[in-house]
Amino acid sequence: MPDTMTSTADSYKYGFVTAVEADTIQKGLNEDVIRLISSKKQEPPFLLEFRLKAYRWWLEQVEPRWAHVTFPPIDYQAIRYFSAPKPAKPKLGSLSEVDPEVLATFERLGIPLGEQKRLSGVAVDAVFDSVSVGTTHKEVLAKHGIVFCSFSEAAREHPALVESYLGSVVPFNDNYFAALNSAVFTDGSFVFIPKGVKCPMDLSTYFRINAAETGQFERTLIIAEEGASVSYVEGCTAPMRDENQLHAAVVELIALDDATVKYSTVQNWYPGDQDGKGGIYNFVTKRGRCAGRNSKISWTQVEAGAAITWKYPSVILKGDNSVGEFYSVALTNHCMQADTGTKMIHLGRNTRSTIVSKGIACERSRNSYRGLVRITPGAEGARNYSQCDSMLVGDACEANTFPYIEVGNNTAVVEHEATTSKISAEQLFYLQSRGLDKEAAVSLLVNGFCKDVFKTLPLEFSVEAVRLLEMKLESSVG
Amino acid sequence: MLTIKNLHARVVEGTPILKGISLEVKAGEVHAIMGPNGSGKSTLARIIAGHPDYQVTDGTIEYEVNRRRQNLLDLEPHERACAGIFLAFQYPVDVPGVSNAVFLRASFNAVCRYQGLPELDPLDFDDLLKEKLAMLDMNPAYVDRPVNVDFSGGEKKRNEILQMAILNPRLAVLDETDSGLDVDSLKLVAEGVNRLRTPTNATLMITHYERLLKYIRPDVVHVLDAGRIVRTGDYSLAEEVERRGYDWLQGAGAA
Repeated sequence: MPDTMTSTADSYKYGFVTAVEADTIQKGLNEDVIRLISSKKQEPPFLLEFRLKAYRWWLEQVEPRWAHVTFPPIDYQAIRYFSAPKPAKPKLGSLSEVDPEVLATFERLGIPLGEQKRLSGVAVDAVFDSVSVGTTHKEVLAKHGIVFCSFSEAAREHPALVESYLGSVVPFNDNYFAALNSAVFTDGSFVFIPKGVKCPMDLSTYFRINAAETGQFERTLIIAEEGASVSYVEGCTAPMRDENQLHAAVVELIALDDATVKYSTVQNWYPGDQDGKGGIYNFVTKRGRCAGRNSKISWTQVEAGAAITWKYPSVILKGDNSVGEFYSVALTNHCMQADTGTKMIHLGRNTRSTIVSKGIACERSRNSYRGLVRITPGAEGARNYSQCDSMLVGDACEANTFPYIEVGNNTAVVEHEATTSKISAEQLFYLQSRGLDKEAAVSLLVNGFCKDVFKTLPLEFSVEAVRLLEMKLESSVG
Repeated sequence: MLTIKNLHARVVEGTPILKGISLEVKAGEVHAIMGPNGSGKSTLARIIAGHPDYQVTDGTIEYEVNRRRQNLLDLEPHERACAGIFLAFQYPVDVPGVSNAVFLRASFNAVCRYQGLPELDPLDFDDLLKEKLAMLDMNPAYVDRPVNVDFSGGEKKRNEILQMAILNPRLAVLDETDSGLDVDSLKLVAEGVNRLRTPTNATLMITHYERLLKYIRPDVVHVLDAGRIVRTGDYSLAEEVERRGYDWLQGAGAA
């Protein structure tokens, strides 16, 4: 993917705002707002009920504070829960009806959507604030029986699929932010890969927050039927603003017998300025269910942006012999805070999970790995291997590891390894004295540290991820 | 090749360490710099390589190869390395996650790029690496391990010499390469250095003791004390230092 997610810490190059006429609703949250969102999206009644149930549950909950991050109270009535760019023509349907400013925005982000320019090897769903503005390569995918469209469209066109799987992995009352998302989610992507189909190209969603004081609550649902496989990638950016903005997403993955879902994220939300002013709160619930035998769900995340990241892409290993993987690189600089990791819940026999987490903390940032490995009594022969490494750059940053291991079956094998290291000025000088310039030296160090994760990304994203990290680090390393 | 004139230097914003060093190293020569702890030997080595902790307050360092004269102090550390200067570290630094082979090839190709020479692909580089390992009688298993991580003292020093063999520098600066080595390791390292000597390159050895000089014979010996060269001579000066210590030379350069 060309130059999509790069930025430097000091000049976040995706920090621009697009002037676009938007269809927005009043700030604040109540049942009427939820009904309004649902009606704007012409949703089937079951969805409105799902939303209201979630909202009523959410009202009774208290915002959780157990993560190792600090932030002032969020005023949920000061957030706008819906903002959509107005179409050039009355009905959004094809790209020609999308406001040209919006298309220009995605082009500037390196995601051309038009027929001539669009990326050839990747199908892209582009989400601008609360709505999907277009999905490429739909026709080709449809020939294979694959559905790749916005969540709203799926709710209208494939209500039975949505109804049977929505909330099946992350229930509406799973946690505070998932409940909020369930009540007010606006758009996101929907993927359905039918039995026996290997998706012929990578699928990708690009999330862009544009409007001020607006939350982004997207919902993604990916279903791989028996023997199906798919590789999905998400990217995201937002304008630079002094106020914090909330991004509370939910992603649900379902893999039936022998199915494989690979989900990769390159996250580059605006992280706030050097002193921690502004930036996105990235409070996300991502979970996959290996429902079938021999199924596999693999998460790879490169978390390089957002003021606060709070997410634990997890796998429920229900099917016998199923496999869960979590590969993560989390880079924090300036005053960023990340509390991220995974949960591997072993239910089936001979289930296997692998966790490889690499945290890089720079400047005054705080970077924590938090992970749970649970082997339930029925998970005969389960295995887990965890490797959690932290790298410190500078003296004022903080790295933590919070591993939780619960073993309820004595045939299980669980391994956990952790290391902490530091990039020092002496290390850089050593590499420079061997002919490598500073950039090459940092790149060598970071690549060495993260290579086990980068190699799991689709190639073009791996190149981008490396470049993104190098640029962020350049300003942070001595 | 290397001409240092009246070099004054200090730790950045700190106290002066070098107080007027002048010396000249010609192609084909081996110079030894001896001196007691704290005399400024290692500082000199690190300044030649461009260590950012030091600040040159006066004097010049010129470096001339193929009749091209450069002010060394204008060059970044990596440019000095690419121009043919190699510092063998007193304390080689661990580089976790990066294998020796990857590091050496990145380094070799960076130098090739700088000098306008073609880079080597992994297979060709592997041949070069095998040749140098054989020449230094080193175990090939070295190259797949992360750079210096969990290496013994002797292995680290030999790894420095391997890097030197790959980069083939014009001027090698060996900073206390003998420290922490037992006699066998010392011999191996010295043999390596000797094998790399040619009429067109030069070596500057920093050492506290004379014992390394038994194995790598210097043409010129300088004794450094309190940031000044207090005596310059031939190998016999090193022998005298070995016999009498440094006390008799201290204060000699103050006048």
